Amino acid sequence: MSAALEFRDVSVVTASGRALLQSVSMAIEEGSVTAIIGRSGSGKTTLLRTVNRIIEPASGEVLVAGSPERDVVALRRRMGYVIQETGLFPHFTVERNVGIVLEAEGHSMAERAGRTRELLQLVGLDAATFGGRYPHQLSGGQRQRVGLARALAAKPRILLMDEPFGALDPLTRAEMQDMLRELLARVKTTVLLVTHDLDEALYLADRIILLSDGKVVVDVPRHEFLNSDHPEVISYARAFHRGQTRVAGEVHSA
Amino acid sequence: MSAPFLAQYGSEIGTLTLEHLWLTGAAMLFAAAVAIPAGIWLTRSPRWAKPVIGVTNVLQTIPSLAMFGFLLPLPWLGERAARIAIIALTAYALLPILRNTYAGIRGIDPTLMEVARAIGLTDLQRLFKIELPLAASFIFAGLRTATVTCIGIATIAAAVGAGGLGELIFRGVASVDNRLVLAGAVPAALLALIADGALGLLEKRFKVPAPESARS
Repeated sequence: MSAALEFRDVSVVTASGRALLQSVSMAIEEGSVTAIIGRSGSGKTTLLRTVNRIIEPASGEVLVAGSPERDVVALRRRMGYVIQETGLFPHFTVERNVGIVLEAEGHSMAERAGRTRELLQLVGLDAATFGGRYPHQLSGGQRQRVGLARALAAKPRILLMDEPFGALDPLTRAEMQDMLRELLARVKTTVLLVTHDLDEALYLADRIILLSDGKVVVDVPRHEFLNSDHPEVISYARAFHRGQTRVAGEVHSA
Repeated sequence: MSAPFLAQYGSEIGTLTLEHLWLTGAAMLFAAAVAIPAGIWLTRSPRWAKPVIGVTNVLQTIPSLAMFGFLLPLPWLGERAARIAIIALTAYALLPILRNTYAGIRGIDPTLMEVARAIGLTDLQRLFKIELPLAASFIFAGLRTATVTCIGIATIAAAVGAGGLGELIFRGVASVDNRLVLAGAVPAALLALIADGALGLLEKRFKVPAPESARS
């Protein structure tokens, strides 16, 4: 399989000189789901934003499909972008939010309407019911579905997701994760998923990358992650399912 | 006001009201044509925001009678009183429109602007599809303040002979005839109320529903 995305020695420095990413190099396979995990401030979101050039690296480059893209607008239109706050435009209906990328590209109204219906169905929303609503009339989970539909509108080769389900309650989050997994099996796209939820990373990703202080410290296939003896992986695993471990202990000692 | 009074002054009140509307309307068009693009430009170069808004603020503090007086001796302007009035009114209308355009656009949730960039909207698409619609309610609020202020100030333009409803007020004051003062003041107040109501409706119409985060 070829690399859909390649980071070559990418470093990002803030205006005040703090290094957010330090010489990150890696290749992301076409059609794979890669989770980027790490503490807050470890550089996860920064890494994601170098891909759609919201952030320009101080040195190094990010190659998309093997070449550095010069036309930023064209590059961004070929990438889906989903964030925790969804970023739905409050003055647009659901339908227009989903179709905005197609609108920007000059597709006809009929084309947009057809594609929007298709996409809403794909994320489990009925176009007739939800198409005319505004974002403030939707629940958190529904908004996130619309955000995902918008990201998929232009049939992106790469889907960038930044804590997409971070603001949802655990049950809705689980539903969304199931929906996303099912959806990704159908639309073959390369996914870069930033999350701080280890469970989500293990459930959705093929490969897990752990960032710490702007550096890649672990980069392994999903099934090897918990076997890693890296101290940060160990603390991650310890922090994970603590409640369950405690209850299990109480049951044993009772 | 008695029927004979209205019969005598009715058509004059009508003409002067139209003149008043024309002075204010023209000034508002000029002010909007300058202040809205300037406000947009300031959001792109925020370091200029303070000095530019400062200058329009100073313009606003000049007493209107003095402003008309200052403009009187200027070569091209001085020839026609209406020109002076329109320029002066434009100067007064700049601040509210400029400030609200700037604040309306700067106040948009940065997440939305980031998403607009990330999904590949061009600069112009971001401006016309996202920024201006989201700031529209603010901009109309600025236009509303500016219009109501200008309708009031325009009555003073009669002092330099620019016409408008101030004409009747000045004449009424000079001849100690309250009916004439009212004949100028009441239509001017009505114009201000109507403009306030109409622009208020537009402001409401473009109000964006509460941000999504407020309900999650």
